[in-house]
Amino acid sequence: MTPGTRTWQGELREALSDLTPGVTLCLLFLIAVFVIGAFAPWIAPYGEGEILTNDSFLPPNSQMWLGSDYLGRDVLSRLIYGVRITLFLALIITFLSFFSGVFLGFLAAAFGGRADSWMSRVNDALLSFPALMLALIVINSLGSSFVVLVFTIAFIDMTRVFRVARALAVNIMVMDYVEAAVVRGEGKGWIIWHEVLPNALTPLAAEFGIRFTYAILFISALSFLGLGVQPPQSDLGVMVKENMQAILWGEYTTLYPAFGIALIAISMNVFVDWLLQRSSAKLPDEI
Amino acid sequence: MSLTEILWKRMVLGIGTLIFVSVLVFLGTEILPGDVAHAILGQGATPELLEQIRERLGLNEPLHVRYWVWLTNFITGDFGTSLANGADIGTEITRRASNTIILALCTAIIAVPLAIALGLAAAVKPGGLVDRAITSTSLALISFPDFLVAVVLVTIFAIKLRWLPAIASIRPSYDLVDWIRILILPVMGLTFTILAHMVRMTRSAVLNVLTSPAIEMAILKGVPRRRLLLRHALPNALGPIINVVALNLAYLISGVVVIETLFNFPGLGRYMVEAVTNRDVPIVQTCAMIFCSFYVLLNMTADILSIIANPRVRYKK
Repeated sequence: MTPGTRTWQGELREALSDLTPGVTLCLLFLIAVFVIGAFAPWIAPYGEGEILTNDSFLPPNSQMWLGSDYLGRDVLSRLIYGVRITLFLALIITFLSFFSGVFLGFLAAAFGGRADSWMSRVNDALLSFPALMLALIVINSLGSSFVVLVFTIAFIDMTRVFRVARALAVNIMVMDYVEAAVVRGEGKGWIIWHEVLPNALTPLAAEFGIRFTYAILFISALSFLGLGVQPPQSDLGVMVKENMQAILWGEYTTLYPAFGIALIAISMNVFVDWLLQRSSAKLPDEI
Repeated sequence: MSLTEILWKRMVLGIGTLIFVSVLVFLGTEILPGDVAHAILGQGATPELLEQIRERLGLNEPLHVRYWVWLTNFITGDFGTSLANGADIGTEITRRASNTIILALCTAIIAVPLAIALGLAAAVKPGGLVDRAITSTSLALISFPDFLVAVVLVTIFAIKLRWLPAIASIRPSYDLVDWIRILILPVMGLTFTILAHMVRMTRSAVLNVLTSPAIEMAILKGVPRRRLLLRHALPNALGPIINVVALNLAYLISGVVVIETLFNFPGLGRYMVEAVTNRDVPIVQTCAMIFCSFYVLLNMTADILSIIANPRVRYKK
């Protein structure tokens, strides 16, 4: 990248002018969800575990906008706290998997040769293991806690990120400007930092979004199975699970968290799609 | 390299992967904290009792010996006994697995042709109305958690309309009609979990072929659209499509686990979730091995089929 030709302010202004109404809506929704998650204790009308009534599955009313859950707690408040936990876990998982995956992937591409082929081989072997099975086996052995969940899913995700990051970097490593840098006598670290990273940034940002969505869906699925977040703590998946009987009462309690997960994931996917189309960047094929 | 050589190589790789997977399943369930003897005895464990049980289960043998015994037992169909009730796992596994196979097969029969048809329809005119409708719907569907569609379906068809049962437990007295009634909702739910990916990947596989020089040539020659699509594009896209189908059938694994739990369907997926909850190691091992082998074999089949379907590979001297 030649310095001085483009500033990040200029790029940001350009990106903002490219936003379509649909993408803007999704982006605003994501920002709102993050704000709600971050400030949950100040936004939620009631406490997370506060039992307000003896009646399960009250319909929405003026005190409880989304009614009560199976224990008589406020569904809206629990939804707000649930979003907090879901986003919190998904963010940590994505950061962990992302940085380790990109780091190792770039390293493999930069060094090439035997190191690369061994790392890729180990990674391919790990990819041949269905993600859910790996998670279930670890949870069976270690039990389910935040630490176990975060590290297990981050590890699973890392193998996916590695593949994408390596493929991106391999394509960049053969460019003329990298060759020029090699001839100039720059070290591997300098090349990764100053040549590979800036040029892989957009597809990597898109990959980050995809991984984030995946992490949300994965935790939700585990929690729904009763093997993820454990009560009294609850994320959106736990809320779906514990309010399943509401359906039999003719109430929609269980649909709110389920649609909450879906809306977050859809918004993220729409945003990622837009990002990829705008830069005409392409992610290497994914499994 | 000749075709047979490529195929042999792929099969050897597949078997190698299976062995790797079995090692991982074994290590993951065996050496992590507390051994099976602890799990059996729980709170009432005394050193003498622990030693006795370890002796009986062969836990004092070295790791590689235990792995070998476990693997050969698994291959010969001896899955061991449940820690919870001491019953032989084999019969239960067979029953559960056949239920799951029925569920998965019904889903595949519906989802695969549907996905290919939708993917083709979208690829005919990229950017057109049909394409935009299909692509955006499938993008939304991909973002749905596995349980969402099923929960909505249950709300509509089981609770509001009361047409179908919300729970899919099975009684021995069930005849074909009962089976169909309980299977409709789980199959629909599962179909939606794999459909979206398959549609999107089919679309891009076909589009990939449609932009190739050979097709461009055919367009310039004035081949009619219908013929172009069915005679020129489809045969070339067959390899990638088969690959797509097999890859997505692998997605069935997580779908099956979630959907079976949701509907209380007595299949292998729910069996495994229950076993993980109770830490019933032999059941977890067996179910994991079955699911993982299915996954590995499916991936291998996908590769082999797409190698065979690719004319460039097939006719290479």
